[in-house]
Amino acid sequence: MLKSRKSEVLAAIVLAGPFVALYAWMFIYPTIQMVHLSFQNAPLIGEGTWAGLKNYTKLLSDRTFKTAVWNTAYFVLLTVVPGTAVALAIALMVSRLNGWFQSIILAMFFVPYVLPVTVVYILWDWMVNVQFGVLQPVIALFTGKPVNVWRTIPWFMPGVAIVTIWWTNGFSILLFLAGIRNIPKEIYEAALLDGASRTQVFWRVTWPLLWPVTVLCLTIQLILQLKIFDQVYLFSMGGRTQVTMVMVQYIFEQGFQRNNGGYAATIAVALFVIVVAVSVLQLQAARLRRGT
Amino acid sequence: MTETSPASRAHIAGRRGHFDAGAVLLTILTVICACLWFFPIYWALVTSFRPEDETVKSMSVLPLQPTLDGYLYMIRNSNLAIWYVNSTIVSVSVTALVVLLSACCGYAISQLRFPGRTALWWMILASFMIPVPALIVNHFVIIAGVGLVNTHLGIILPMLIAPVTAIIYKQFFDSVPKEFREAAVIDGANEFQLLFRIFLPMNWGITTALAIITFIGAWNAFLWPFLAAQDERMMTVTVGITSVQDAFGVYYAKLLAGAVLAGFPVTAAYLLFQRRVTQAITLSAGIKG
Repeated sequence: MLKSRKSEVLAAIVLAGPFVALYAWMFIYPTIQMVHLSFQNAPLIGEGTWAGLKNYTKLLSDRTFKTAVWNTAYFVLLTVVPGTAVALAIALMVSRLNGWFQSIILAMFFVPYVLPVTVVYILWDWMVNVQFGVLQPVIALFTGKPVNVWRTIPWFMPGVAIVTIWWTNGFSILLFLAGIRNIPKEIYEAALLDGASRTQVFWRVTWPLLWPVTVLCLTIQLILQLKIFDQVYLFSMGGRTQVTMVMVQYIFEQGFQRNNGGYAATIAVALFVIVVAVSVLQLQAARLRRGT
Repeated sequence: MTETSPASRAHIAGRRGHFDAGAVLLTILTVICACLWFFPIYWALVTSFRPEDETVKSMSVLPLQPTLDGYLYMIRNSNLAIWYVNSTIVSVSVTALVVLLSACCGYAISQLRFPGRTALWWMILASFMIPVPALIVNHFVIIAGVGLVNTHLGIILPMLIAPVTAIIYKQFFDSVPKEFREAAVIDGANEFQLLFRIFLPMNWGITTALAIITFIGAWNAFLWPFLAAQDERMMTVTVGITSVQDAFGVYYAKLLAGAVLAGFPVTAAYLLFQRRVTQAITLSAGIKG
C-alpha cells in the first residue's frame, strides 16, 4: 500500500497525537527554550534581558562550574568501571546456582535497585553515622578513629560512589545474567574436555563472549552517572556543597536557589552537549564494531 | 532461572561427580556476599523496630525490645499518610498514562501508514540522548506558566516522557503476524478495536512488565517531584521522608520506619513480579544498546 488511506491517517492522528503533543510540550519545547534562556540574563520565573554570550564566557571562568565538571567526571570514574566489574562478579556467582536458591540470592543482590533514593540515603546515613553507625568499627580498623564520611571531603565522593554501586548494580547484574545464559553450553563442555581450568574457561570463553554485554553495561552506566544528582544532593545536605558540587546540582543551585534562570540554562546546555556527545560517540563506536 | 546454568552444568560434566571443594567454597562465598549486600536493608528493618534509646545503645542482631513506636510515631506525627496518597495518585497516573500513550503511539508507528511516520520514529529514537535533568529549569518555567506548580498534574506531566516504552511497544506490535490484522480488517474492525481487542491483549505480558517498571520508576522519582512540590502536603513519600529528618534531628528508629514504609510498595511490586521486572529491564537495555 503506497498511498496512505484517509481513515488510517485519521486513526494515526488520534492514536499518536496525544503522545506527540506531550512530547512537543515536555521535551522539544523545553529543549529549545533551554538554549534560548541560556543567552539571557533572567530569573527563574519572569522576563529576562538578552545577554548574548555573557553567560557562556562566565561559565568558562567559573570555578564552581569547573569543580562540578571535575566532580561529575570523578564520580563517573568511581562508579562506571568498578560498578560493572562488581556486577559481573556477582552475576558469575549467581549464575552457578539453581532453582529457588538462585532466586533468593539474586533477590538479595537486586532489591536495593528498586528502592527510592531517599530510602537508600537514610539507610546508609545510619550505617555510617559517626557515633552509632554499625560500619564505624570497620572504618576505625583502617583509620583508628570514626570518620564522618559525608562531612570529610576526600571520603565524600568515594562514599557516594560505593552507595551508588550498591544501589544501582541490580540492573547490570540482570544484563550479565542474561548474557551468561545466552552462552551455548557446548562451548563450556568442549573447553572442559580439552582440560581447561576454571580460570582459563573464564578468560578464554566467558569473558570474550560477554564483552558485548560489558560494553552495553558500561555505556548505560556512563550516560546515567553523568546525570548524577540525587545521592550527591542528599548526602551533602547541610555540608559544604560548593566543594562536592556536581553538574545537575549546579543547575539546581543556580536556577532554584539563586534564581539565575539564564545561567542555570547555560550550565544545562553544557551538560546537554556532554551527554549528547558521549551518546553519539557511543553509537558510532557501536556501528564500527558491527561493521568490522 | 530454574534450569541448570551453563557454568554449573559444565562444571558437573568436568568433575564427573567428584566432591568439588572449589565449588562448595564458591557457593559459601556467594552466600556470604549476598548477606553482606543485603545487610543494610536488614539493619534498617531491625533498627526501625527498636525503641529510640536502644538504637544508640545496642548493636544486637535483633531488637532487644521490639516495638512499633517508630512506625506509629511516623503515621501519627508526620504527613506520611498524605504523602502516601500523593505518591499513589502520581505513580498510578504516570503508569496508566505512559502505558496508554506509548501503546497508542507504538501501534500507530508500527501498523499505520501516515505522513511523518518515519520522522516521528527517528525523533523518538533520537530523544534517548536528551538528558532530562538538564531540562528541570524549563520544565519548571512551563509548569509555573500554566499555574501547575504544587499540583499533582504539575508533578505528573514532565514524568510522562517515555520513549523507551513506545519503542518497546512498536517492536512488539511489529512482530504480530500480518494475518491477524488482515482478518480483523475484513471483519470490519476499526483501528481502535484492532489495538484494544487484538494487539494489546496479545501483548499483556509486556504491558504488565512495562507498567511495573514505570510504576517503580514513578514512585522512586526524586528530582522533579522535589522541585514541583513546594508545600509539604503536596510531596510524594520519596521526597517527604527527607523533610522529616530536618524536623526530627537524629531519631533513627523513626526515620528508618519511614524509609521502610516508603520502600515497601516498590519492593513488594518487585517481589511479586520478579520475572516481569527482569523482562522489562532486559528489553529496555537492549534498546539503549
